[in-house]
Amino acid sequence: MPIQVLMPALSPTMEKGNLAKWLKKEGETIKSGDVIAEIETDKATMEVEATDEGTLGKILIPEGTADVAVNTPIAMILADGENAADLAKVPAPAAAPSPSVAEEVAESRSPVGEGKPMISAPHHPSAPASVSEPEPEVPAGTEFITQTIREALRDAMAEEMRRDPDVFVMGEEVAEYQGAYKVTQGLLQEFGARRVIDTPITEHGFAGVGVGAAMTGLKPIVEFMTFNFAMQAIDQIINSAAKTLYMSGGQMGCSIVFRGPNGAAARVAAQHSQDYSAWYSQIPGLKVVAPFSAADYKGLLKAAIRDPNPVIFLENEVLYGHTGEVPKLDDYVVPIGKARIVRKGKDVTIVSWSNGMTYSLKAADELAKEGIEAEVIDLRTLRPMDTETVVNSVKKTGRAVTVEEGWQQSGVGAEVAARIMENAFDYLDAPVARVSGKDVPMPYAANLEKLALPSVAEVVAAAKAVSYR
Amino acid sequence: MASSPKKAVAKDSGQEKGTGSPPAFTREQELKALRDMLLIRRFEEKAGQLYGMGAIGGFCHLYIGQEAVVVGMQMALKEGDQVITGYRDHGHMLACGMSANGVMAELTGRRGGYSKGKGGSMHMFSMEKHFYGGHGIVGAQVSLGTGLAFANRYRGNDNVSLAYFGDGAANQGQVYESFNMAELWKLPVVYVIENNRYAMGTAVSRASAQQDFSKRGASFNIPGKQVDGMDVRAVKAAADEAVAWCRAGNGPFILEMQTYRYRGHSMSDPAKYRTREEVEKVRHDSDPIEQVRNRLLAAKVSEDELKKIDAEVREIVNESADFAQKDPEPDPSELWTDIYRESASK
Repeated sequence: MPIQVLMPALSPTMEKGNLAKWLKKEGETIKSGDVIAEIETDKATMEVEATDEGTLGKILIPEGTADVAVNTPIAMILADGENAADLAKVPAPAAAPSPSVAEEVAESRSPVGEGKPMISAPHHPSAPASVSEPEPEVPAGTEFITQTIREALRDAMAEEMRRDPDVFVMGEEVAEYQGAYKVTQGLLQEFGARRVIDTPITEHGFAGVGVGAAMTGLKPIVEFMTFNFAMQAIDQIINSAAKTLYMSGGQMGCSIVFRGPNGAAARVAAQHSQDYSAWYSQIPGLKVVAPFSAADYKGLLKAAIRDPNPVIFLENEVLYGHTGEVPKLDDYVVPIGKARIVRKGKDVTIVSWSNGMTYSLKAADELAKEGIEAEVIDLRTLRPMDTETVVNSVKKTGRAVTVEEGWQQSGVGAEVAARIMENAFDYLDAPVARVSGKDVPMPYAANLEKLALPSVAEVVAAAKAVSYR
Repeated sequence: MASSPKKAVAKDSGQEKGTGSPPAFTREQELKALRDMLLIRRFEEKAGQLYGMGAIGGFCHLYIGQEAVVVGMQMALKEGDQVITGYRDHGHMLACGMSANGVMAELTGRRGGYSKGKGGSMHMFSMEKHFYGGHGIVGAQVSLGTGLAFANRYRGNDNVSLAYFGDGAANQGQVYESFNMAELWKLPVVYVIENNRYAMGTAVSRASAQQDFSKRGASFNIPGKQVDGMDVRAVKAAADEAVAWCRAGNGPFILEMQTYRYRGHSMSDPAKYRTREEVEKVRHDSDPIEQVRNRLLAAKVSEDELKKIDAEVREIVNESADFAQKDPEPDPSELWTDIYRESASK
């Protein structure tokens, strides 16, 4: 049967075009790939190539015709042995299959409640960690050891490397130099150069190498000397690591940890003092962890290494030398996705994470002196975020303050405030207050740097303000 | 059409020059090469047709003209060797043995597609066939492919990864970061630069200071070779050499495949940056499929036998188009799946 040539679309949005010119005449032989006509829209001119072979039997739309709808038959090609009489056999063209896009889009968006008030928590898919695993019990009588956060991180990596031969660590100065901040101290000596790998100063490249290795099932720990330098690598982190599981329909995962110090250190100025919490926590496909206590640094890094997904593990350089009590257990793993109430209180909820907890806990002490009992929550994980713990606390206190070193606009504090509003609006006695880094690049001068960061006084003031005191 | 294989598109001025004809194929190899290249060509023609009908959306980058590259390279691989490429990836997937149905249904965004309809033309994967994508960011696959080679070395196996990229991607920074690490750590990766002479609409001469891509690894001491990418025998011979080099633990190897894409960069490319005569000349003088067909005819393989191959291929492609249009779209619930993997219990 003769083959119909249909008016093609130049782009997914094209609905009609002009048939500018026929380059073949009726009766001419056509080979697959021959240009047979030119069509044009207001944007472009394009050639129509034959995808079938035979003879141009009949031109249905003469050249010069304007506004020919896409998929209109424009010509007929006769196969070998057919002639003009066969042209009559062609049935009327069937409409091209067009998926019911509009309908499905509307349907699929409904879970997040577009255009209607959000009563329950927004749909945050596949955040299994926050519901399934309880806080590990530390059995009565467990011994604790006092460790720096630096040591807790090293122990976590060493334990996981002993446990799983697919775990390795790579980054700048992680091996011979023993870590730019000495976090990987001793790992080269124990595990050798095959598993503790010094990279060139090549963030974009080695992040990609790590992701590629992870796609085969290895479990890399990629250390960035600081997350400021990971901006060079953020394409591989987001486009390759975070999205591949989805884009492969669940076939190809990526178990990888990107870790290193994040946020402001001290006196290193704007390019070395940025907090990336909000950046990474926006990305579906990533988990984002930012602990504060030494025990959490250890237990959460172990969980991150075991997690089958890409995990961003945000450390804080200022905290590396801080000490804390770490349970002396063979396998202390803290589940990702669970916040912790660090200090109980009934008057106001303070929500923070990482070094923001330093200001928050000191502020709680100050507030207690004035008779305000603050409940201080350490989020620990920013994605998936433990909304439930925060909301339950706010239902009790009716007031909330968020504390972060990062910038306010589109920040994590803004997200926490939105979730409180969505889930506990009727319980709020005051608008949520945000304490954050100031909306400026980090200055170098000591006095200005101090002003740019949050302070205990600001947290105290915010807590009093929401308490109308 | 000339019956003897013509020298390809571009001048042959590489570090190492091929002289004369590449080693001949056996009749079986010729027939297999013909069939595999025809499958890609007919598949891509059909994809273009479906795009024109609105059944395929978004971006759709066709591989027509470049078939000899993936088919020749694939002939040098063994089980477990990995392949990764950019977004002009349909040919690579078919050459790896992925099913035409699965690829076409992904193009139409249906549930039977390799990524359940969630990846599209540029994002398909097959763990089974060791095909690691399908990547939409120009050059990203070069670092990832280097990581595949890193994994082979870490595991101590003798597998090799092929990282394909184009003359455009060859100017990305992470390519050279990867070259450096690959040679430093002696990683078994063949970098296959498919030089089809245009990065979207920009001719190589307008974008590249060093137009001999086989020399792009020179400052890292990576050996390179320019290859007539329109002659599947030349591709296979170069692939054998490069893969053997990598498998033996010597580190990476660069192959510049001099090839040509007949179609636009993507479907919406009016291709005003080159003349119709230029395209016609390449098609006429050095089409990779015609070269094999002519050699087979000269070797007294009958027209009928070749027509049978053509018919068989057309049937596979027609069936895939049929499947890809009848297969349902993904269930709306699929919107929320495959974002995270469940943690295995401890």
